Amino acid sequence: MTSKLGRRTGAMLIGACLAFAAGLGSAAAQEELRIGLIAPMTGPFAQVGADMTNGFKMYLDEVGSNFAGAKVNLIIEDSQGKPDTAVTKAKKLILEDHVQLLVGGVLAPEGYALAPVSTAEKTVYIASVPAADDLTQRQLGNYPYFIRTSWTSSQPHHPLGQWACDQGYKKIITVGADYAFGYEAVGGFQKAFEDCGGKIIQKIWPPLGTKDFGPYIPTFKADADAVFSLMVGPMPLQFPKQLRASGWTKPIIGGGTSYDESVLPFMGDEVIGDVSALQYSAGLQTPRNEAFVKAYRAKYGKVPSYFSESNYTTAMMIDLVMKQTKGAWPGPEAFIAKMLTLKVDAPRGPVSFDDMRNPVQDIYIKKVEKTKMFGYDKDELWNVVIKTYPAVSQFWTYGKDAFLKQPVYSRDFPPCKYCE
Amino acid sequence: MDARFWLIQAFNGISYGALLFLVGSGLSLIFGVMRIVNLSHGSYFLLGGYVALSVIWTTGSWLLAIPVAAVTVALIGLVMERVFLRPLGFDPLRQVLLTVGFAFLFQQAALDIWTGNPFDINPPAVLTQTIVVGGLHLPLYRIFMIAVALFIGLTLWLVMEKTRLGATIRATVDDAEMARGVGIDTSYISMLIFALGAFLAALGGVIGGAFLGVYPGLDFEMLPIAFAVVIIGGMGSLGGAAIGALIVGLADNFGKALFPEISYFTLYAPMALILAVKPTGLFGRE
Amino acid sequence: MSMARDRVKILIVVVALAAVALLVPHTTSFIILLATRALAFSILVMSLDLLLGFTGLASLGQAAYLGVGAYLTAILAARYQVGLGYDFWLVIVFGMLGAAALAALFGLLATRATGVYFLMITLALGQCVWGLAYRWNSLTGGDNGINLEHRPKFGIDLANPVTFFYVVFGFFAVSLLVLYVIVRSPFGRSLVGIREREPRMKILGYNTWLHKYIAFIIAGAFGGLSGVLWAHTAGIVSPENVVLTTSVDALLMAVLGGAGTLVGGIIGASVVLFIREYLSTLVHWWQYVLGGVYVLVILYLPGGLMSIPERIRQWRTAQVKSAAAPQ
Repeated sequence: MTSKLGRRTGAMLIGACLAFAAGLGSAAAQEELRIGLIAPMTGPFAQVGADMTNGFKMYLDEVGSNFAGAKVNLIIEDSQGKPDTAVTKAKKLILEDHVQLLVGGVLAPEGYALAPVSTAEKTVYIASVPAADDLTQRQLGNYPYFIRTSWTSSQPHHPLGQWACDQGYKKIITVGADYAFGYEAVGGFQKAFEDCGGKIIQKIWPPLGTKDFGPYIPTFKADADAVFSLMVGPMPLQFPKQLRASGWTKPIIGGGTSYDESVLPFMGDEVIGDVSALQYSAGLQTPRNEAFVKAYRAKYGKVPSYFSESNYTTAMMIDLVMKQTKGAWPGPEAFIAKMLTLKVDAPRGPVSFDDMRNPVQDIYIKKVEKTKMFGYDKDELWNVVIKTYPAVSQFWTYGKDAFLKQPVYSRDFPPCKYCE
Repeated sequence: MDARFWLIQAFNGISYGALLFLVGSGLSLIFGVMRIVNLSHGSYFLLGGYVALSVIWTTGSWLLAIPVAAVTVALIGLVMERVFLRPLGFDPLRQVLLTVGFAFLFQQAALDIWTGNPFDINPPAVLTQTIVVGGLHLPLYRIFMIAVALFIGLTLWLVMEKTRLGATIRATVDDAEMARGVGIDTSYISMLIFALGAFLAALGGVIGGAFLGVYPGLDFEMLPIAFAVVIIGGMGSLGGAAIGALIVGLADNFGKALFPEISYFTLYAPMALILAVKPTGLFGRE
Repeated sequence: MSMARDRVKILIVVVALAAVALLVPHTTSFIILLATRALAFSILVMSLDLLLGFTGLASLGQAAYLGVGAYLTAILAARYQVGLGYDFWLVIVFGMLGAAALAALFGLLATRATGVYFLMITLALGQCVWGLAYRWNSLTGGDNGINLEHRPKFGIDLANPVTFFYVVFGFFAVSLLVLYVIVRSPFGRSLVGIREREPRMKILGYNTWLHKYIAFIIAGAFGGLSGVLWAHTAGIVSPENVVLTTSVDALLMAVLGGAGTLVGGIIGASVVLFIREYLSTLVHWWQYVLGGVYVLVILYLPGGLMSIPERIRQWRTAQVKSAAAPQ
């Protein structure tokens, strides 16, 4: 009898010890995870900054700022759209706030400015928006603590070039904003289109911020089958209108930023039928995205843009890594290693990483349509997905080594062989 | 490049110049009368667009938006002149800096009130058509811009040349001290001109809003262009502003079309060269 | 009396600067960073003050010279690995010479103008430099900018923030001294004369145009120095460094601190940078504060912050006078 009592007491004691140990374990894992989000909250890109922070915060609200037991402390700093200020704020976040993770940046120069900071300060920097190709290509070796969750400028434009060729277009004019992002996007399109047999017969580069395309449109060659436009900022609103008003009836194919959700709600019916490509569309009809769009719109009053989705997904990815470590910060190297192994089901679809720390994701060819989406009761402009290219990497079908041998896309590369 | 190319480019340049005239004429008057360098002129332009948007969102009327926006911004200009610029007296540097300070304030306020989304002003559908004349596609809205500029220019000219008020203004521009000597209330005239300048800028913003969009940053983008018009045309001269606007519109257009490599310089290089040769601008008087 | 007051002013400035040099390194890394940025930029502001406060020429294109110095440094460092050792001092010289050369070119166009026209032509020239920085991709990297991965090392390692702070402080102090000597010299006094009464100076036989031209070049050279230091402080050079608002900021800082005081430059730079980069981490309505500060200082403190002691003295004198006046 004593032995039975003894055994039960023993069992209870062991159980109590285990429970105590488990309690201790989770209390020990009750760390603070400090994340610094650098976004433009003032200046011309303020809306992008708002989208970025809203997307990130929405995920935090969904999980109560709790990443597998770690309490998330999100510190948002205003880069004001300037690379200098972004670097200063990054240093403040690292040196004063002791963040473990830096997220954000928008423009290519900010990405190029923040990456070296991450190396110097040995802090993880997750570029959730900057698209400059070379950050995860020829320059990657300089930035061991850098990982990108957004896209490269040329990534969606390779499949778009292929798609354009498959439609039977033979001669295309490209009109792209005259700066690095424009060069890389047009470059990707041109390479894929010409490798398939198409010809780019004219390349036009209006300065970034051009709103009056009057000087350029009359120079368009009449024998083109379509126009590829890469418009950014205030440009996408004006270009299709002016092109159509000039009598152009042929198709307009847009780059990732030409019709995305940060401008589409403000466009008019003249863009119905225009096709573009990106790794995200708010009109992507999957259950995951529908839930995301509805929740975001209910909360913030507008449809999420790819800026919102990218930061939402980044927050989700950080959470997934923390789940692997049970809420304990594993250090920058281990964090990156774990993040690279993720395969997530994001609102944009399935996302994983290639060995150059850039996402491999589905690219959507989408067409602007006026329709009722997701049960909303009004006809609105949506980017409806008409074709999906699954698991597209930054190298398209070229293979990493072959791709890296060619120079980064620039104003003169690929050269315009068919420009008359 | 056939005749059609030249014609359509000239048309485009002229219509852009029309918009620039609206923006530049106000600035030219303000400088001519009050010797004030108004660096918040771009802000007036942008605010005109934003106020118009608010009017359109609440009442649905584009027609109503035009005068409401212009008058609202004119009132803002009035207050700014009376309360802030008047005490400074003639001090171009301090005026420059005060108006820039206000430009920052306006920019932040606009962001807080209207958000940073890129907006478009939608005119009535009839104005968005394109008419085809001799094989040339001419967007009606560009023709409308030219018409508005002509109307405003003509009205201003008539007032300046044919009315008593105009004479008083011209007297004040030419020689403020003498004007005061003959009993003209120059401070009232100054106030009027500043309000008029703001009015014109806001008008430009509403009209331009359908052509350029309404978004943060537009204020500082329009500012150097407005100054280019005034510099090239000469400060204080309405006719000069018209010619300056035409020159800038055409030069910018043809420069970009024919020499796209130098697109970033088509505005500033001529401006610098003209100023180097004739520091008061082509038609300026000093 | 005025000589003694001058000496007191100089003493105060020296003491204040010494205090800064001694105290800042003991604050946080972020404060050290901000202080370094303020010191580097203030050299540009002081160069502008030479034009503005002493010669009476307000330039809206001074950032162009910072750009020359900065881009030169960045290109040499990133492409040719020049300037990262003892040749850093060579880059300083090249930066100043390059900027001075640009100023010599632009000065030919600009210095015939005065007042508002000078403002406008310097604006236009500054915008041309911006356009060049943006478009000349092969040289400047276009809008991507150029990264400077490492700071120079020559016996001392400038990667250390405190070491770098002292180096920049040293350049600031030397620039302040040199500019002070210049404005106190006969040349400097003629500049003030030109500011006050140019026609009279001409009658007296001074070649006023040459004086202004030389002042313009000197200002350009110091702008270039500021640029070299700025490139290493920020670690990245992009067209954003030569955009219009940078020139406007410099002008505002000069007036905010006090035009014609030279030292006002560091005060103005500190206040503006504090608002832009420190206050913005605390509140999101910092831009209202910035705009408000400009408006209020322009309205009520036309002599800038450096004029506060003078204003207090005047106010006190007025008090004494009214008390002593017969009732």
